[in-house]
Order: sequence, then structure tokens, then C-alpha cells
Amino acid sequence: MAAAGNKQALMSITYDIVAGDFVRGGEAAGKLKRVLQQLGLGANVIRRTAIATYEAEMNVVIHSYGGQLSVDITSETIEIICSDCGPGIPDIDQALQEGYSTASDDVREMGFGAGMGLPNIRRSADEFSITSTVGEGTQLQIRILHKAGE
Amino acid sequence: MSKLQPYFHSVALDIENCKGCTICIKHCPTEAIRVRDGKARILETRCIDCGECIKICPNHAKIAIADDFDALNKYAYTVALPAPSFFGQFQGPDVTVGKILQALLTLGFTSVYEVAKAAEHVSLAVRRYVEQSPIRPLISSACPAVVRLIQVRFPDLIEHLVPIQAPVDIAARFAKEDIMRKYDLKPEQIGAFFITPCPAKVTALRQPIGLENVWLDGAIPISTVYAKVLRVLPYLEDTPELQEASALGLLWGRASGEEDAVRAPKQVAVDGIRAVIDVLGEIEIGKFHDVDFIECQACRGGCVGGALTVQNPFLARVNLERLAKELPPESSLQLEKSFEERYNAGDYGLELNIEPRSILKLDDDFTKAIEKMELLEKTVAALPGLDCGSCGSPSCQALAEDIVQGLATEADCVFVLRDGVQSLAEDLLELARRVPGSISHEDEM
Repeated sequence: MAAAGNKQALMSITYDIVAGDFVRGGEAAGKLKRVLQQLGLGANVIRRTAIATYEAEMNVVIHSYGGQLSVDITSETIEIICSDCGPGIPDIDQALQEGYSTASDDVREMGFGAGMGLPNIRRSADEFSITSTVGEGTQLQIRILHKAGE
Repeated sequence: MSKLQPYFHSVALDIENCKGCTICIKHCPTEAIRVRDGKARILETRCIDCGECIKICPNHAKIAIADDFDALNKYAYTVALPAPSFFGQFQGPDVTVGKILQALLTLGFTSVYEVAKAAEHVSLAVRRYVEQSPIRPLISSACPAVVRLIQVRFPDLIEHLVPIQAPVDIAARFAKEDIMRKYDLKPEQIGAFFITPCPAKVTALRQPIGLENVWLDGAIPISTVYAKVLRVLPYLEDTPELQEASALGLLWGRASGEEDAVRAPKQVAVDGIRAVIDVLGEIEIGKFHDVDFIECQACRGGCVGGALTVQNPFLARVNLERLAKELPPESSLQLEKSFEERYNAGDYGLELNIEPRSILKLDDDFTKAIEKMELLEKTVAALPGLDCGSCGSPSCQALAEDIVQGLATEADCVFVLRDGVQSLAEDLLELARRVPGSISHEDEM
């Protein structure tokens, strides 16, 4: 993340996300949550990170052909990049609206696809940006500020 | 709890009976047990007194420290507060709530007050709180093991807990207030004893969460009372006038009883500590946000599945439901003050905040925690990942955490140890094969 470049990552973790794997879906976010708990970050920070990464991970599971969740922890921030190979998002503004979803009926029956994923990520993040190329994939950048040791 | 004191735990180890097997360490939901020097050790800061280890230990080496009948002698007046689940322990067509209450009186209690009756008050108070609070989902705070689980493993869910006292605490207070008024006694002259299905409640009594004033004086396990009641039960006449609680309160003794009584528009009842942990994890990531109320019970089947009960929980449930059919569905609460007055006066509410007690933090200092985290990853990678438990820690991950915290060494792992021994043996053999120049190889033969 360019803006964060001046902040050195004290710790970096990358998780692979498999498309269509609902059984493992959420594991990356779960593992990250445990790491943050072990680092002793504040409950609110952990919770927001957990929500943002869970939703990002499930988006990759549901919509893409596979991707990665990369996390850098610096002394003041949690920098998350969630990137996938996939169809991309043609209209990002629309995708950011609450309730908008392109999820299939099958997926909706499982309780996903309520159109709250991206809005929830944006709400949980301190900084959020999204880039997407149709036919190639989508990349989310999420920054969550944590006051060290809190 | 602001008082800094060593943690009291009801769950304890009977060192004679412990064989040092590793069954309990695998079943502890907070990884609070280690086997060291051939005996199980309970890590005080992690234990939530759920009683899972008591239930699973094949050698009955895990016990609950609780009160006995001797404790009654300290008081001029004693009142028994039987848990709703207590009534499910007894079966047979002749068993009635009145007879069971009568039996408690023959055991030496001066009077009885059903916790089920207080559960009806709590049902109304929780119902009211769910209507008024904007927080979703709200989680029941009635199960003390669940409250402790949230403190240590899900501290960010504390604000979701309904800050209403558990039925037994309300029961102790109402019972004592009633007795004080009727017989002009001081609170310290009256001993209020919970007949408890679980060790977590014993702990809650000595180390209360969210309460400043504890009205309860002791907790006697159902398993201590059961045989005594069973002995006198066939000889007793029914005494229906003793029985005051309705079906609504009595059914709190089994899973979904609280949910049925609270009647929130969208609600869920979860029982069994594993299921509870799963659900709490999902609440943390925002699922269940459209659920109004969640009943969470650490024991499978609810309180009838408690570690200090005697009867099979499935049978106990049926017994309880049979008894409930004989009772009015809901009672008009007999109170000297109205429910409204009590609710608005805050009589049902918790008196103190529930504080987080996170157990996962590697270090209070963030930089040190990062260092330990790196060491942890390296350590985990060097372990076999079989989670065999032979080292005395519940999993390779837990052993790695113990190593990082200086509580264990890599040599505690039998596989690492074996590899070490093997390479040492190979080195020895290699050395042994080297012969000094003065000795010929033929001599060696």
C-alpha cells in the first residue's frame, strides 16, 4: 500500500482463499483474528478487522476464481490487501450500495449475498479503497488504525 | 470485579485420582489444563468453571469444591433454593414439585424458595430489556460459564450480554427479604443455599460477576442432595401449597426454556460449549445481527446437563416437562412491590460492569508481543502438528505458546525429543566407529 510504505511492517501474513469453498470460507479471517488477539490489540480493532476480512474473504469465495488475503501489521496500523482473479466489478459505486448483490440464489439461500459485504467493509475500515478490472479481478485495500498495545 | 484477588475456582483436581492421562486437556474449551509432572494442572486465569473436565474425566479426578449440609448449622434460619433442573432429576408418576420441596424441608432447611419463581421475574425483565435496547443480538447472561467464556475469549461481546441478574441471585434476595420481613431476622441470620447443577454457579457465588451484594450464602451440588431426597420421597404426602412457580419458570431447567419465556421476535437457543463458541465467533463477525436474543447454555441440554447433576440429561428433560404440565403455564407474580416498580428501580439489573479478562494476549507490550508472535510461528513450524497431547499441552499450537511464555520446552514434545535422541545416537555411532590409529580394525572384530 503506497501510503503505508513509510510504515514498516512488523509482521506480514498471507492467506490463500479458494473460490467456492464455503467449508473453509472464513478461516483466514478467523486465523487473523487469533493473531490480533495474541498481539493484544483492542477489542474494537479486532472486531472491525474480523468483520472486514471475513466479508472480503467471503466475497472472494463467492464471486471470484480464487485470491489472497495479505496482512501487514505496523506499529500503528493493520494494512489489508484482499485481491482476487475473477470477473471484476463493472460498476463499483453500485456494488458499494447497501443491498446490492449479484450473488446467485444458491448463495443467498446459504445466508450470503445480502448486499452488505462491501458496505460492511467500508464501515469497519478507517481507510478503504477498491479497484477492479472487468475480466481480471478485484483488489481491496483496507486500513485499520490500532493504537499500539491498547 | 475490581478486587485483585487470586481466582477462586470451584473446579479442582483430586491429585490422588489423576493418572496424568491427557483426556481433560483436549476437552477444555479455554485450554486451561496442562499435564505437568504426571498430573493435571488447572491454569487459574483461563478456567471458566464450565465443568467439562469433570464430565469427561474417566478417573473422577476433577471435582467441584462446594458446600455440604454442615454449612446449614451456621444459620438460625435456612432456605433452600432448588434450581429448576433439580426437579428433573426425579422420575415416576407419583413425583410432584410439592413432594420434592417437602423432601428438602425434611433434610433440614427451614423453608424453600424455587429459583424457578425468580426465573419468571428474570424472564419478564429480560423481555423488557430486549424491547428497550438497540444492541443486537443480545446474549443471555444467565449461564455463568458462558459469561466467563465471553470475558476470556470474546471480550468484545461483553456489551451484548443482557445486564440482568441470574434467577438464583434474584431468588436469594427475594427469599431473604421475605423471611426478614416475616420473622424480623437480620440478613446474616439467614442462610440461602442454592441446590446447584453446576460448578460455575459455585464460583459465581464466591467471585461474583457484575454483582456487589451477594445474597446467596452457599451452593450445594444436586449430586450431594439427590440421594437424600430419593430416600425420603416415597414416604411424603404431596404438599402443593409449597409449590409456587409456574411451568414458564420450571422449564428454564432445560435448553430453550429461557428463550420460550423471553419471547423475543427473533431468537435462538444454543446449548453445549462447543456450539456456543461457534455462535459467539459468528456473532463477532457480524452474523446474527438481525437476531434479537440468544440463549446460550454451556451444557448440552441446558442446566439438566450440568456437571453436578445425576440424572441423564435427556431423561431429566422429559421429567421436567412432565412436571411442568401439571403446573399453571405462567403465574401472576406475587410481590410486595410490582414488577414495574422493581424493574424501574433497577432491582433486576447487574450492579457492576462485566470486565474483560482476555487470555490470549502474548504480552502486554505490543513490540514484545510481536517478537513472541514471530518466535511462536517458528516454534509451531518445528512441531509435528499431530496435536497428540503427550507433552501435556492440548495442541502443538498450545505447546508453542507455552514454550514462548517460558512454561515448557521443545523437548517436552516426544517427537522432537525422539529426533534429538536419534541424531545424538547417530553422532555417538559415528564417533564410536572412529578408531585410534594404534588399534587395527581387525583387533576390533
